[in-house]
Amino acid sequence: MNNERIPVLTELELSEIDAELAHVPYRSAAAIDAMRIVQRHRGWVSDESLQAIARHLEMSADELDGIATFYTLIFRRPVGEKVILLCNSVTCWMKGCDKLQRRITEKLGIGLAETTPDQRYTFLPISCLGACDKAPVMMVGDDLYENLAEQTLDEVFRS
Amino acid sequence: MTVQLPLTRNIHADRRPTDLQAYEQNGGYQALRKAIPGMPPADCLQTVVDSHLRGRGGAGFPTGMKWSFVPMGENASPGHKYLICNADEMEPGAFKDRLLLECDPHQLVEGMILAAYTLQADIAYIFIRPEYLLATERLNQAIADCHRKGYLGKNILGSDFSLDLYVHVSAGRYICGEETALISALEGKRANPRAKPPFPQVSGLWGRPTIVNNVETLCNIPHIIEHGAQWFIGLGVSEDAGTKLYGVSGRVRNPGCWELPMGTPIREILEHRAGGMEDGYALRGLLPGGGSTDFLVPEHLDLPMDYSAIGKAGSRMGTGTIIILDDRTCPVAFVKNLIDFFAQESCGFCTPCRDGLPWSGQVLEDIENGRGRPEDLETLERQVSFIGAIGNTHCALAPGAMEPLQSALHYFREDFEKHIDDGRCPYGEPH
Ligand SMILES: Cc1cc2nc3c(=O)[nH]c(=O)nc-3n(C[C@H](O)[C@H](O)[C@H](O)COP(=O)(O)O)c2cc1C
Ligand code: SF4
Ligand code: FES
Repeated sequence: MNNERIPVLTELELSEIDAELAHVPYRSAAAIDAMRIVQRHRGWVSDESLQAIARHLEMSADELDGIATFYTLIFRRPVGEKVILLCNSVTCWMKGCDKLQRRITEKLGIGLAETTPDQRYTFLPISCLGACDKAPVMMVGDDLYENLAEQTLDEVFRS
Repeated sequence: MTVQLPLTRNIHADRRPTDLQAYEQNGGYQALRKAIPGMPPADCLQTVVDSHLRGRGGAGFPTGMKWSFVPMGENASPGHKYLICNADEMEPGAFKDRLLLECDPHQLVEGMILAAYTLQADIAYIFIRPEYLLATERLNQAIADCHRKGYLGKNILGSDFSLDLYVHVSAGRYICGEETALISALEGKRANPRAKPPFPQVSGLWGRPTIVNNVETLCNIPHIIEHGAQWFIGLGVSEDAGTKLYGVSGRVRNPGCWELPMGTPIREILEHRAGGMEDGYALRGLLPGGGSTDFLVPEHLDLPMDYSAIGKAGSRMGTGTIIILDDRTCPVAFVKNLIDFFAQESCGFCTPCRDGLPWSGQVLEDIENGRGRPEDLETLERQVSFIGAIGNTHCALAPGAMEPLQSALHYFREDFEKHIDDGRCPYGEPH
């Protein structure tokens, strides 16, 4: 691997990672935090980012990738500006999440695990969001939408 | 005046957060001021033991007993001890910790300071699922405010006790909620559960003594320290002590989460709090404590919601958040949704869980889609007894996954048979 091609993590990313390193006993212990930090800045964790993080944490990229792929919300593929997380667990399912899924696909032209061509949205299923009393629910980016109905989807995704 | 519903006294209908000032005006941090300097750690521990508090994370393990395994004083080797709050809350149907985290973050922080003081732990973490963004923001604010006030950091309230508290945001995986998997995740690794022994109380995070407790468990601590063990025991209306956050989701008029005396009858929760079933729906069954608990049926409605009564009825109180199965929802598809969840969330370490759960899911899918064969029911029964047996797997995920299936085969057997006989699902898609 040619080291010169590895982009250096930004100052901001490094300082945030180093803040995590300050309270763990060894560098690789901050692996998940570091990937989350980079993902927050770049949307996802590319191979190049992964290698840069691994070097900074003094671990192998393979080992780091093994950790990355274990966790659902570390993205190793590019995602749109906002990720749609539609809950498909039991209460949301009873309250019609399958129908909502079809409506989102209809509106945005993407199925699950796909990204709109304009890179605005990536559509993913998610397990119970811990808001079952407000089912059905979804998150779009940082926002939680509760008691969803098809009309709400029309408003949220009005372009 | 003594408080009857301590956990939610600062929780408002509009779910605005209680900030430090409001928390203190309502008596907050009085328990901490009582313990430091008034109560040595051993007294705090004895009070928690005497209170009969049981863990609210699902298993109901007595909190005081769990804490008493942590080496103290001369038995403790030099080095850190850790306290971890389990705020992963990813079990389908569970939404109670979110309420406590978002609406009264200081109650949890005070509980954690007191727990850490009792255990003489000097570092604490709140391990929180990544989707709980609002809770994370409010916890970080509460922690910053506590540092300014001298409730956290060096020499708390002028004593020689010091504590650092960090929020660790997870990267999403249900298995992280299992306490030894959580410790692996906090160490920055894949969240595989670990063999016990050694128990975390002796060798947990980075090999050091570690206590993992649920959010609701820890939120009880300030009240127990402030008002005493007898007061806490007196709050319950059946065998178990304290109050409990009960939740109901599904086709009821008023789904939600309420604090009630421990042991409140299920009927009262469903009818008085949740408002009864929605018009046009009747109750078929319910999972009393989240997606990994066995079904109960209408004949159980007068049971008290506590650990012992629900246990005797063949289920578990689990998280205390009830999921309703109504008469218009297919029980086979309901259970299949849950099994698919557990199969997806398996960490893959043990064969019965990694390979068995997808197999159960496939059999259920065949039955649901009209391709079931009579022998499938036997296959499912065999899976239940093999995957469900404690000891065949490394952690409780797989046995938990089998609980709704096993009880559905018992209570709703005619539904499974009808699917197979008719070659189709008699219910429509939920709407
Ligand atoms: C698969 C699995 C997931 C779990 N998830 C959680 C969880 O999200 N929150 C929780 O408090 N306990 C969870 N538990 C229980 C924990 O292992 C542990 O018993 C609990 O956090 C202890 O806290 P307590 O004694 O205060 O109840 C889970 C257990 C298993 C087997
Ligand atoms: S039972 Fe499942 S989740 Fe638990 S350790 Fe085994 S494979 Fe992992
Ligand atoms: S089932 Fe969707 S939020 Fe719990």
